[in-house]
Amino acid sequence: MAMMEYIDAIRLAMKEEMALDDNVFVLGEDVGLKGGVFTTTKGLQEQFGEDRVLDTPLAESAIAGVAIGAAMYGMKPIAEMQYSDFMLPATNQIISEAAKIRYRSNNDWSCPIVVRAPIGGGVFGGLYHSQCMESVFFGTAGLKIVAPYSAYDAKGLLKAAVRDPDPVLFFENKKCYKLIKGDVPDDDYVVPIGEANLLRSGDDITVISYSLPLHFIMQAAEELEQEEGITSHVLDLRTIQPLDRQAIIDAARHTGKVLIVHEDNLTGGVGGEVAAIIAEECLFDLDAPIRRLAGPDTPPMPINPPQEKFFMLNKDKVKVAMRDLALF
Amino acid sequence: MKAEGTIDQQTRHEQIGLTDAQAIEMYKYMLLARKFDERCHLLQRAGKINFHVSGVGHEAAQVGAAFALDREEDYFLPYYRDYGFVLSVGMTARELMLSAFAKAEDPNSGGRQMPGHFGSKRLRIVTGSSPVTTQVPHAVGVALAAKMKKKKLVSFVTFGEGSSNQGDFHEGCNFAGVHKLPVIMMCQNNQYAISVPAHKQISGKISDRALGYGFPGVQVDGNDVLEVYRVTKEARERAINGEGPTLIEAMLYRLSPHSTSDNDLAYRTQEEVDENWKKDSLPRYKKYLIDCGIWSEEQDAELSKEYVQIMKEATEYADNAPYPRAEDTLLHVFAGDEEGNQ
Repeated sequence: MAMMEYIDAIRLAMKEEMALDDNVFVLGEDVGLKGGVFTTTKGLQEQFGEDRVLDTPLAESAIAGVAIGAAMYGMKPIAEMQYSDFMLPATNQIISEAAKIRYRSNNDWSCPIVVRAPIGGGVFGGLYHSQCMESVFFGTAGLKIVAPYSAYDAKGLLKAAVRDPDPVLFFENKKCYKLIKGDVPDDDYVVPIGEANLLRSGDDITVISYSLPLHFIMQAAEELEQEEGITSHVLDLRTIQPLDRQAIIDAARHTGKVLIVHEDNLTGGVGGEVAAIIAEECLFDLDAPIRRLAGPDTPPMPINPPQEKFFMLNKDKVKVAMRDLALF
Repeated sequence: MKAEGTIDQQTRHEQIGLTDAQAIEMYKYMLLARKFDERCHLLQRAGKINFHVSGVGHEAAQVGAAFALDREEDYFLPYYRDYGFVLSVGMTARELMLSAFAKAEDPNSGGRQMPGHFGSKRLRIVTGSSPVTTQVPHAVGVALAAKMKKKKLVSFVTFGEGSSNQGDFHEGCNFAGVHKLPVIMMCQNNQYAISVPAHKQISGKISDRALGYGFPGVQVDGNDVLEVYRVTKEARERAINGEGPTLIEAMLYRLSPHSTSDNDLAYRTQEEVDENWKKDSLPRYKKYLIDCGIWSEEQDAELSKEYVQIMKEATEYADNAPYPRAEDTLLHVFAGDEEGNQ
């Protein structure tokens, strides 16, 4: 067990999977000698060689498309998109191709790729280095989508993604890279895709989220309990497609008051679907309307500090929403 | 096309390394593809199938290329007109007809996709979709994987000249060029992207684009099956020798409308179409074989009769075959769906 940063856990997962399976390889822009613009792949080329850690031309559709072709041949590619903001040229390859290969071939072909892409703002990235792209892909049948919040989950989910027989989008949060540290076992564990995780038990409100906002939620939950005796039941979705319906229903029923939080825009975000599941399955167990706290419906997000701060979630915003719901 | 070569009376096909039997076999596949096309057209007009997208006029390029490949090892990424190609690499008329009728037994997609969306792991025909040119990066990925695994094989991908304007063509070519991958890209330039003529799609030569990606591009008469065979064979040798990709531009003409939903005379003249029928590869190649003394009108009539029978049987089989079960709509989104892991 070692204390490490979120970004180190991602790197460790790739390193372990590449050592275990010759078919695993990494491709993307700057992933080789430089080790990625965030250093996520640092040292991998040195260890595994240029053939297995490929610097690609700057062309995202080719990064995804070449990975898909190699996967259909029998490889297990990990394709890195430098920022999720730049993966839209690869959307046709991901949605029209990767997501449908098993289905359209009636189970004859498969496409076990992982597409890693950093999401999220709060890094003065402006409009095109800050976005959350999960809602673009959410709802596309045939894709699995994961978004870890901790170093432990980042390693375990990435290893599960590499071993998954179907395409997985791995949305890592760039603000978490260095900010978040945690205990990460050096053994060969995986975090199963499709399973949510209860981070905190409480009886007053349920908060459902994924990725970075969970850190704000956990801090706010701690303070609310200490200061005001409000206890929170916090569920980390971890996998946002397919959603862990039962965990969502159980968590909602537990307190009857639900707040759903994500940084992605409110409209069309994952939260709407989570709310729909709760409304369909346990409406009569609720004691308050379902609430959502999310990024406003503007393009995410201006680079100037006041507007970036306005867009981003933080502990205080989350705490207000949680208290408000508790007092309903 | 002349039968006699210039040197020691070798025929053209012998000069490029084809036996008489192979030269005849190529013709047989060209004719089989044509007969399949004609039958599907009739079936669509008769209301038996919903849709057909034709390969008429493409047969020589498709069959010529297929024969130049290793049909036991290579990977194929055909596009939607490639009936001649997929028949040549092992798909049967019955299998294609099952696809046309969208029946459960269709090996391409289990009746899920439109006809012309080929796929068969057994035959290494990589599953395809409708958004055009997405298969080019896939072919590059297959070639990359083969190179990583040190396998002596090539991937062969086709597309139309319309598709050659998509980003995936350019991104795929560039990637393949940078990594010197064993991939052959063949553009079947049939002069039309549905209704848009070539001069409104392209201002230069498609084959010249290869220069910008650092590998050879060759333009070839796509109605000349032997010439297509020759250039594809050369491309394959280069690929296998580690010399990288080749772009082949096969010049031909889409003799049919774009699909059974298209009225081509809304944008081109009957005279133009008639003029191009005069260059049709089938009578041209048949005459070549007869001039070589290895084929005859009698054999040709016999073969046509045989194909009528094959089409009849394939049609009956596919028509009578069951559709997929409605509830199986939910299967194969992910691995293990059939075990209820959905």
